[in-house]
Amino acid sequence: MEKKKKRLVFRTIVLSVLVLTLIFVLVVNANQDRPKLEEGDPAPNFKLDRLDQEGETIELADLEGQGVMINFWATYCEPCKEEMPYMDQLYEEYNDQGIEIIAVSVDKNEIVINNFYNSLDLSFPSVHDKNETVMEAYEVIPLPTSYFINPDGTIERVVQGPLTLERLEEYFLEILPQ
Amino acid sequence: MSVKSVKCDCGHINHEGTVLCEACGKPIEGNQHIDGNDEKHVLEMRYEGSARRSKTYKRTFIDKTWAFFSSVKVGVWLIVITLVLSALGTIYPQEKFKNSPLPSSQFYVEEYGLTGKIFYQLGFHNMYDSWWYITLVALIGVSLIICSIDRYVPLRRALKNQKTKRHEIFVKRQRLVSEDNNLTEDDLNQLKTNLKSKRYKVYEDDGHIMAEKNRFSRWGAYVNHIGLIIILIAAIFRMFEVMHVEDYVWVREGETRVIPSTNQEYYVKNEEFIYEVYDPVQQEQFRMALEDVENPVPKNFQTNAIIYKAVGETITGQEPELEEVERGEVRLNQPVTFDGYSLYQAGTQVESEYDSMTFTVSLEDESLGEFTFDTDDAPPQFELESGTTVNVDGWFPELEFTESGPSSFSKFPRNPGMILSVENPETNNLERFFYLQEDIVPLSDENQLAVEVTEVDRRSASGLSVKKDYTLPLFGVGAAIFMIGVVQGLYWYHRRIWIHPKDGKYLIGVHTNKNWFGMKQELDKVTSGTNVGEFTDQQEMK
Amino acid sequence: MDFYSISSGFLYATFFIYLIATAFFGMTLGNKRDDNKKSKATKYAMIFTIIGFISQLTSYIFRWLEAGHIPVSNMFEYVYFFGMMLILAFIVIHYVYGISALGLIALPVAIVVIGYGSMFPQEVAPLVPSLQSSWLYIHVTTVGLAQAILAISFIAGMLFLIVKVDQSVRSKETTFLELIIYGILSTIGFIILSTTFGAMDYEAVFTKEIDGYQEEIEYDMPALFAPHDSEIITEDRFASGLETPGWMQGVDAGPKLNSLVLSLVVGLILYAIIRLILRQRVAAYLQPKFGKISPDVVDDIMYRAVAIGFPLFTLGGLIFAAIWAQEAWGRFWGWDPKEVWALVTWFFYAVFLHLRLAKGWHGKKSAWLAVIGFVIIMFNLIVINLVIAGLHSYA
Repeated sequence: MEKKKKRLVFRTIVLSVLVLTLIFVLVVNANQDRPKLEEGDPAPNFKLDRLDQEGETIELADLEGQGVMINFWATYCEPCKEEMPYMDQLYEEYNDQGIEIIAVSVDKNEIVINNFYNSLDLSFPSVHDKNETVMEAYEVIPLPTSYFINPDGTIERVVQGPLTLERLEEYFLEILPQ
Repeated sequence: MSVKSVKCDCGHINHEGTVLCEACGKPIEGNQHIDGNDEKHVLEMRYEGSARRSKTYKRTFIDKTWAFFSSVKVGVWLIVITLVLSALGTIYPQEKFKNSPLPSSQFYVEEYGLTGKIFYQLGFHNMYDSWWYITLVALIGVSLIICSIDRYVPLRRALKNQKTKRHEIFVKRQRLVSEDNNLTEDDLNQLKTNLKSKRYKVYEDDGHIMAEKNRFSRWGAYVNHIGLIIILIAAIFRMFEVMHVEDYVWVREGETRVIPSTNQEYYVKNEEFIYEVYDPVQQEQFRMALEDVENPVPKNFQTNAIIYKAVGETITGQEPELEEVERGEVRLNQPVTFDGYSLYQAGTQVESEYDSMTFTVSLEDESLGEFTFDTDDAPPQFELESGTTVNVDGWFPELEFTESGPSSFSKFPRNPGMILSVENPETNNLERFFYLQEDIVPLSDENQLAVEVTEVDRRSASGLSVKKDYTLPLFGVGAAIFMIGVVQGLYWYHRRIWIHPKDGKYLIGVHTNKNWFGMKQELDKVTSGTNVGEFTDQQEMK
Repeated sequence: MDFYSISSGFLYATFFIYLIATAFFGMTLGNKRDDNKKSKATKYAMIFTIIGFISQLTSYIFRWLEAGHIPVSNMFEYVYFFGMMLILAFIVIHYVYGISALGLIALPVAIVVIGYGSMFPQEVAPLVPSLQSSWLYIHVTTVGLAQAILAISFIAGMLFLIVKVDQSVRSKETTFLELIIYGILSTIGFIILSTTFGAMDYEAVFTKEIDGYQEEIEYDMPALFAPHDSEIITEDRFASGLETPGWMQGVDAGPKLNSLVLSLVVGLILYAIIRLILRQRVAAYLQPKFGKISPDVVDDIMYRAVAIGFPLFTLGGLIFAAIWAQEAWGRFWGWDPKEVWALVTWFFYAVFLHLRLAKGWHGKKSAWLAVIGFVIIMFNLIVINLVIAGLHSYA
């Protein structure tokens, strides 16, 4: 009887290992397409030269304690341009309450960024991710993509696609410093 | 000791479920149905009549599952199902090969109609990454492991315990048999010499002789299964980023770009992209083939690349300090490798973009100077030596006209358009021009100045795939072990000959696990110069 | 004389010599002839087979010299190499086992295969960058050899079935056997059609709107099936009024379907003529001709061919293929249709071996599997390249 028991234990172990491996593989496979940067993760730091104020730079790490919206956009992206006025409108209202916006353009040539920025008379910081390194760090695929960063530097929300004024305000409230 | 173990007449104690006694080979009564020996005269020797555990008890759920996967039939069915599904998956292109901007939900039905719709709805468009396909392959793996364990252990024991002296029935019921041989001492000695010269190991016990060779061939199947299991394990490792990275980057000539998926540690510069085609004049032998096709046949795609590594800490977005680590020519079939990563030539856009355009401004045939517009870095304003100022009012890298006027479709200067306004101290007038398709159009009839395009510089873009794969050696080891196992199992044959004395005469039984044709030829040589009679093949097809 | 003409000359000679060899193999058949005559016929058959092989090899080498690279880079060259390896494998098998009846199937199959390949463009073409690798030599030749050896298993399987299938009553087995023969006849039908209309310079052009452009579609055989929604622009050309169904995609769907259906029709006509002459099933007619052969030996050849072909195919079709893919594209496996079908082939022969070695499938069962295996190989070679075509699109 002893032998039979041993055999059963052996078979149970082998089968469990195989079943667990299968489950593990399926879980890993299902998560394969999920982005590495998710809500709750710390936002990768970056530092870019400001186009709207010559000689100035802006670094995410310096903005700790503030809620930050990072907006990836480009001039050839129509929906990106459509949400810019909403951002500007709310920026005037919330900037004093501790919300910062960084509009990261992924265009190639600065002329087009500045032309557009000036034509709408925008006021939030405008930067140019010339080498697309920030874009790579944030795994941006569609444009626009907006990251809403909590005052503690973690990602509160990732939004792919354009935003309405109402939703933008709603998300600002989420990251508003206490 | 198990209650159910069986004691053979020869005294050997066998496990429950044994078909042929491990020691003397005598069929054990009541167990002959397991290997089907009750229906045939020739004994089934595939597993030496050993007690495969799965065949013995099937009481608990675990035992039943075990028995299920240890069946070769189940394994074969799993392979057949996978085979059929794999084949079905090639009817239409997989999602990643579909090459269309349409989403899959529309692509398959629009392109292929009803069958395409079914293909999509069954999930065949993404078959090889799907959970059910992975599960199927995994089940083949499970079957592989359990089948191997279930057969290897008892087979090994049976072969280890076999005795030289076998039961008469065992010898008589082998496939090749020669009975009633009158053999002298000389005959036996000659036989032994012949056997040894054929590399048999010859054992003797009480007048009984057993000759055996190539027992290791029996392990071939298990060795190749181990190879396959290693390959499956390697495939699991490959799912992790630490072991395997795959990415893609487009680099334009003259451009330096961060290599994705390297934690922004490495950068690549495209120094030059080379595209060559075959020349039917120079290579006469290909003339017919080259003139048969409309487009030139490419001969070489090559990126002269420099790989840099970022030194020190750089905050993302800032220009890093770069140090050259590798320089090389990336060609198809010739990747450039650095620090575990490799760059492969994967895509090309030959001369697809404008790098720069040079213009001259003149007034009544007198030049007012020239300027060069660099499509990536140009300033918004050019001051010419004559005091003329050129402003770039609009820049449209890939020009398209929409309801709201000119705009750009992308950021890549593939078909650039530009609005220029020129201010000249003499004319004191702001004159506007439109640049498109390498030409200048004045935007007013009253323009006095003339702007001309004097030179355009084009550039190519090179698509490089970035790979890192530390699982390759493991796959290699798995493949090598598989091949060794296959060769070991298929090209050597486990052969045994039993010479059984009986009433002054000799009974000879022969077994080989494969290749009976070769065994018969070998027997001719083994028995040459002796008085051994004809062997009967008790299983020959009529 | 340039190398190309020498190569073509030897190729024609090869066909002719193989036909003579086949005729001699034919003389080894029947029970009435005496053994002495038979062995003489076998001897001559083998001599011609070997001369044919040398002629083919010479043709191949001259083509190699002309191109400057091994001729395995398109459909014609690959099929040509495959046919040559098939003959080589047969010669080797013949001297090991001495079954001359095998030649009576092997040679016609090789002739049909090489003939089929010759219907594709034969110009010497340069190597595109993706093929410029020493792995081209290693991968493609190993696969060609492996598939040729696996084809020997099919030939032995056919021989086995012709001899062993009970022809006294009609059954599923007799029907399938006739189907295989019909398949071979249809391939001959394709060769006849291509050669005939090629010699006539037949051309019919249709126009069709694709994505807003008028595309011209050329037929080199009479169009039984015109392209979907198209108009004929060449005059005095046959048009049946039938159209390729709309769900068949691709510019060349029309001509492809047309050639296929026409070949099947000609195959049917050939088969009907043969049946009318023989007044019995083709295999039933052949059965007594093949006389007494040892089923055990044929069965062994069938197995041995797989036992050699399978590891060789694993090496060439999967391992070498993976190494090359790794070197060229940085991924050793990408689920390209051709890769999937290599895996399907591999799975199939793994099943063949398991059923044989662990389940005891010998004889007829095994023979049917060998036949199906060859169908899979041909499917991979023809349908995948010409219809599905991924990265390996040759023609």
